[in-house]
Amino acid sequence: MTSQVSSPAEQADGALVGEQRASGDGGGGKEVRRLDRVIIRFAGDSGDGMQLTGDRFTSETASFGNDLSTLPNFPAEIRAPAGTLPGVSSFQLHFADHDILTPGDAPNVLVAMNPAALKANLADVPRGAEIIVNTDEFTKRPMAKVGYATSPLEDGSLSAYNVHPVPLTTLTIEALKEFGLSRKEAERSKNMFALGLLSWMYHRPTEGTEKFLRSKFAKKPEIAEANVTAFRAGWNFGETTEDFAVSYEVAPATKAFPTGTYRNISGNLALSYGLVAASQQADLPLYLGSYPITPASDILHELSKHKNFGVRTFQAEDEIAGIGAALGAAFGGALAVTTTSGPGVALKSETIGLAVSLELPLLIVDIQRGGPSTGLPTKTEQADLLQAMFGRNGEAPVPIVAPQTPADCFDAALDAARIALTYRTPVFLLSDGYLANGSEPWRIPDVDELPDLRVQFASGTNHQLADGTEVFWPYKRDEQTLARPWAVPGTPGLEHRIGGIEKQDGTGNISYDPANHDFMVRTRQAKIDGIDVPDVEVDDPAGEDGKGAGTLVLGWGSTYGPITAAVRRVRGAGERIAQAHLRHLNPFPRNLGDVLRRYDKVIVPEMNLGQLATLLRAKYLVDARSHTQVSGMPFKAEQLAEVFKEAIND
Amino acid sequence: MTETISEGSSQIEALSLVPKADAKQSMKDFKSDQEVRWCPGCGDYAVLAAVQGFMPELGLAKENIVFVSGIGCSSRFPYYMNTYGMHSIHGRAPAIATGLASSRRDLSVWVVTGDGDALSIGGNHLIHALRRNVNLKILLFNNRIYGLTKGQYSPTSEVGKITKSTPMGSLDAPFNPVSLAIGAEASFVARTVDSDRKHLTSVLREAAAHPGTALVEIYQNCNIFNDGAFEALKDKERAQEAVIRLEHGQPIRFGAPAADGLGSKGVVRDPATGDLKVIDVASEGAADVLVHDAHNPSPTTAFALSRLADPDTLHHTPIGVLRNVDRPVYDTLMSDQLDTAIEQKGKGDLAALLAGNDTWTVVG
Repeated sequence: MTSQVSSPAEQADGALVGEQRASGDGGGGKEVRRLDRVIIRFAGDSGDGMQLTGDRFTSETASFGNDLSTLPNFPAEIRAPAGTLPGVSSFQLHFADHDILTPGDAPNVLVAMNPAALKANLADVPRGAEIIVNTDEFTKRPMAKVGYATSPLEDGSLSAYNVHPVPLTTLTIEALKEFGLSRKEAERSKNMFALGLLSWMYHRPTEGTEKFLRSKFAKKPEIAEANVTAFRAGWNFGETTEDFAVSYEVAPATKAFPTGTYRNISGNLALSYGLVAASQQADLPLYLGSYPITPASDILHELSKHKNFGVRTFQAEDEIAGIGAALGAAFGGALAVTTTSGPGVALKSETIGLAVSLELPLLIVDIQRGGPSTGLPTKTEQADLLQAMFGRNGEAPVPIVAPQTPADCFDAALDAARIALTYRTPVFLLSDGYLANGSEPWRIPDVDELPDLRVQFASGTNHQLADGTEVFWPYKRDEQTLARPWAVPGTPGLEHRIGGIEKQDGTGNISYDPANHDFMVRTRQAKIDGIDVPDVEVDDPAGEDGKGAGTLVLGWGSTYGPITAAVRRVRGAGERIAQAHLRHLNPFPRNLGDVLRRYDKVIVPEMNLGQLATLLRAKYLVDARSHTQVSGMPFKAEQLAEVFKEAIND
Repeated sequence: MTETISEGSSQIEALSLVPKADAKQSMKDFKSDQEVRWCPGCGDYAVLAAVQGFMPELGLAKENIVFVSGIGCSSRFPYYMNTYGMHSIHGRAPAIATGLASSRRDLSVWVVTGDGDALSIGGNHLIHALRRNVNLKILLFNNRIYGLTKGQYSPTSEVGKITKSTPMGSLDAPFNPVSLAIGAEASFVARTVDSDRKHLTSVLREAAAHPGTALVEIYQNCNIFNDGAFEALKDKERAQEAVIRLEHGQPIRFGAPAADGLGSKGVVRDPATGDLKVIDVASEGAADVLVHDAHNPSPTTAFALSRLADPDTLHHTPIGVLRNVDRPVYDTLMSDQLDTAIEQKGKGDLAALLAGNDTWTVVG
């Protein structure tokens, strides 16, 4: 694994850049081509195990040292009717010998386990790409089910592609003959056969998958061995069959990564770890109150595994009780969290308002999905921004933090905890389905590098009355942060009552006084407005020589990958464009207004109908131009690049 | 030192983790400096006084006591207690208190709620708190009306109730809170009356001692919007026939005294239906009268008792502890799981967690 291919990241417009050489190492004397990046999509029925196959290929790729990015895409139904278009589940993986940012626009290789998978995905596959099909499924009925009158494998409709017809089912059953499994049982391993074949094609290490299978089926060693056998059979099939004349190498992305130890991580896992880390760094027990909802449930599952960190997880009777219990735990001095998606946020709104009024720390994790209502549970969207911003009665400001990549969910969770604890406020952490389920390499941080989040509980009186009596005032604020003291039950002498009714400044007693209410509303707003967030950094390489770009593209959240990839393409084509990305949506960074006014044009791509753009226009009176997409899928870099080019030259 | 001063809580297992007061307490210690703002004559005053009067008996450090309420007249209660308190939002107090109690076993957590708060908007949280058996004491002030919103019918109002929102009479069949709680797997269910301080206090005493969720329904008079709703149980003469005072281990007798000094009426099981019925002891004898067993693991008889009362006339209303059984307590179980996890896996090591077991290293 030596040379780096020079092509700059992701401006190759889908073409495979590579060099050829004959292989002497394990390719069975077959030709080996070197590529700088590959996009593979596994597609099959919901029950075919495509997500598992993709996960395994990802793990192999991660341990090999490529940079990578993944896009799982599956229906909301657990098992949609077999062989139908709505039942197709897919997993796309982009891996490279250099730094990449997205799961890729178009697959170079499509693995189609049945006619439905082929039909549902073909439109995304560029001409010349490789398609591996399971010919066993291309019989009359499965084809008729998705409207193929004639076999696409025979009628010439795939002539523009490099098709590899492989009887995956037959070969798997044949390979597992000796196991004495039923046909149906043996057939289930066909995804492992496919994985073996692809692992051969791309020189992936195999030990990890074999180890994984043996541990996954530890209680059924026979099934474990059957899967390992199918996996190896797929590998051997690639090596011996003439149909696969070429295999490919994608060198590790050594230069893309700073020194360190890495692992592959999904957004929801990184976010869960961020919460555990925040609890450790704050020296407060973590309390999660949650109700299962796609695509947030994995955080509940993950945190439930870590009770040995003192983590309490409470699966509540509904979304409202989830946040209610969390708020109760916050009153008791825990680092309290509730996890949900958009519909759950709607139910939690009243309690979020209470948390604003009580001024207690609370993290509200919203893994956004397609809306409105039930919408698209398994697809991604960014359309909860205004809900997070304004979705409560009264003036109820809540800070908003948004991670930008799967691994960044770790840091974003720590940052959200910092704000909640420092300012005694509920905080929104706005992730989305794309970040939650997607994965990428993550440099494992040193625990010593993590921020110190320790807080001081109130321990004594904090106010002197006119008559000299020392008292505790629950709403006497810190002058710097405007945070009120956090006095937890069990602290003698600080007994106090708080509630959702407006309270008198300082004492916290019920107050209906007009001037006091006006003051309290403005003070709560000022506290949020005054939160310390770092300035937004602008990436404008052309600015260094004084001929800065005229156009700024500004994004937030999970669009970071596609926007950055598109910006690279635009710059690669000789255009000037500046880029900035927001982690903090409320409050905005202090310098944001200046940044926006520095550019002639501001483009704001979002997976909603322009929610950030609306906020920017309202606050800064700038002509922010929206570019929006609400398809439930992330932006494609190539399409964004076109939008940016048009905007620059407009 | 504390044990000698506070005779109450030191023997109570349910409160064993709650620190005790350093000195003897009085009712005054539990009064906050806030002016009480219920309508003059409201039954809530009597309940507040009973609770404030009872608290010193527990002898708990008052900083370890928390009152959590929802919305409604009774939910102002925490403001008047000189303990920690939270006046939350409508119906959600059991959920909030669950989070607090399950994360802080050193606290004595009380929920104050009303018939609208607990049974209408917050019905879901109530039944789930009861089935989980979280260490909460829930005081349900039932006045069979919405007071704070000025007089609409509530989920415990009788059918046909004329109110502002039901000028032609309400159509809803009411909940019987005790039946509901027993159906929701409650381990402790009691009923008492605001005006009977002695009885109220005795029920509070048993509730406080109960490990797990205790539901105490308190019939409470709203003298503005539903005055006299429980008069049948309060008027001395009528009460004798209407109220069935339950005492564990005692025959269920009520009414004017019979020759043996106990009530002239008794509750027996009807062999034909298996249901309970009221008999006249003088004519039918006392041999078959049931002896109240609050600790019976089966909820069947407690449930049947809860159904004796006529929802309209309130005749044959049992008061006292209907059910008091031991069941695993949620917060204890939750805490035990944490201990077990540490025993099995060792105390969490953040660096090891973050590293996982599938890594690769990039050297410069």
